[in-house]
Amino acid sequence: MNGDQRAWERFTPRQRMARFVAYFGMVAAVAVSLRTIEFIPEFLYDAPTQMADLFRRMWPPDAKFYPTTVHGALVETLHIATLGTVMTVFLALPVGLLAATNITRSRTLNLFAHFILVSSRSVNTLVWALLFVAVFGPGALAGTVAIAFRSIGFVGKLFAEALEEAAPGPIEALMATGAPPASVFTKGYWPQVQPAFWSIMLFRWDINVRESAVLGLVGAGGVGMVLDDAMNLFRWQQVATVLLAIFAVVVAAEIAVNHIRKKII
Amino acid sequence: MTPNARLGSGDPSRSLVIRRLRKEYVKGHPVLRDVDLTIEGRGITAIIGPSGTGKSTLIRCINRLVEPTAGEILFMGQDIARLRGRALRMARRRIGMVFQEYNLVERLSVIENLLCGRLGYVNPVAAWLRKFPAADIAQAFDLLDAVGLGAFAHQRADALSGGQRQRVGIARALMQNPDLLLADEPTSSLDPRTSVEIMELIAALAGRMGIPVIVNIHQVDIARRFATRIVGMAGGGVVFDGPPQTLGDDRLKSIYGGEGWLAT
Repeated sequence: MNGDQRAWERFTPRQRMARFVAYFGMVAAVAVSLRTIEFIPEFLYDAPTQMADLFRRMWPPDAKFYPTTVHGALVETLHIATLGTVMTVFLALPVGLLAATNITRSRTLNLFAHFILVSSRSVNTLVWALLFVAVFGPGALAGTVAIAFRSIGFVGKLFAEALEEAAPGPIEALMATGAPPASVFTKGYWPQVQPAFWSIMLFRWDINVRESAVLGLVGAGGVGMVLDDAMNLFRWQQVATVLLAIFAVVVAAEIAVNHIRKKII
Repeated sequence: MTPNARLGSGDPSRSLVIRRLRKEYVKGHPVLRDVDLTIEGRGITAIIGPSGTGKSTLIRCINRLVEPTAGEILFMGQDIARLRGRALRMARRRIGMVFQEYNLVERLSVIENLLCGRLGYVNPVAAWLRKFPAADIAQAFDLLDAVGLGAFAHQRADALSGGQRQRVGIARALMQNPDLLLADEPTSSLDPRTSVEIMELIAALAGRMGIPVIVNIHQVDIARRFATRIVGMAGGGVVFDGPPQTLGDDRLKSIYGGEGWLAT
């Protein structure tokens, strides 16, 4: 065997050329973007002063505002996030089952389920909220349903992927016993995907706590409404209280989720 | 009829007749070439042969984990190859199966894995709520004792060793009170000593219950030791069929090809 045949290169000349073109294209795109970006220096120079001014107005946060107004709204926010997540369990489970190609062996139904999943995710929570405010009127109900509909896409997609990754061996064994499809699911698939499922739901609850905090901006209930009012009235010290309260709740939710996740897995 | 009376004569109603069974995963490239095989309702039939010759495919066609392309599989008065839906599930209930990789539900307890063998008989809602009939639970504990794992009933299946898992796999298959036991390379993932113990267990329990066994096996010595009949396969067809005493070196050469591998 001669030396030529034993030579090795990671890429063929064609691939090398393609890679060069791709890199060149990226650099060119950045260069062109830099020239066309609308950059207003005055705003940037001014920014530190503006920020300092805003923080000065916010300080000190209005502690008295918390018990009278913020607390109730914050609890409502947690209710919206939690109830919305619970609703998602019932809405996303069937869609996830339809989307998993190893469970639903119909291409049409798979595509239909994926259509639902993509629709749910492509519409922002605030847009879902606007829609449901129009349906149910302003308030926490619209926010709860908006959170649930937004979560279907996320939970359903991840649940379907967990199902598709389930080991086929145990499933085969249960089918070989003559088990009906429902039993194959509850005894074969479910024990395998259960930890993933609860982990996905906890993660989604965590996201929903954050999302439900801003739902009030479109009138869908929760602490966002208080924030919106305070900002419209330029009561910056109250705004500071609300922002700190949201921050505290998000951190608490994060800690709680991590703690529970360790317990179930 | 007592189990012992059945043991000697065999049960004709449990015999299996395979006629011109053909399987092509890729069209025009048959893995099984029109196999004809009759298994009487007794004893242990070992199928040996080189890897990739269709042993697993043959055994999996019997309970339709693999769809045959053509042919008949006659068992208990039905052609299994033609069954669909509920009728297929009813036929599968009568056939137990033991797998190379055990295929237990890892996150369920050992006893619940055994009870999974009854899923063909238990209503899905009752199974979901874990309300198995008392008789099934009693049988599960009896079988667990019989395979020597009585102390492990409430452990999770993923806490067991390979040999222990295969014992659970055997007990699960026997929970079906099957009329036929299929074993797809049940010892291939186990060490030599455990392999022998597992085959002893299959032979003893199936013998006591009078259940005919079809087992795929790689270890020729184990096949010779436990089987009452050996079927040698090569190139998708049967090339040897007879009692273990008649399986000489010349026969092994025709099954596996070559001879350098045979110990002198």
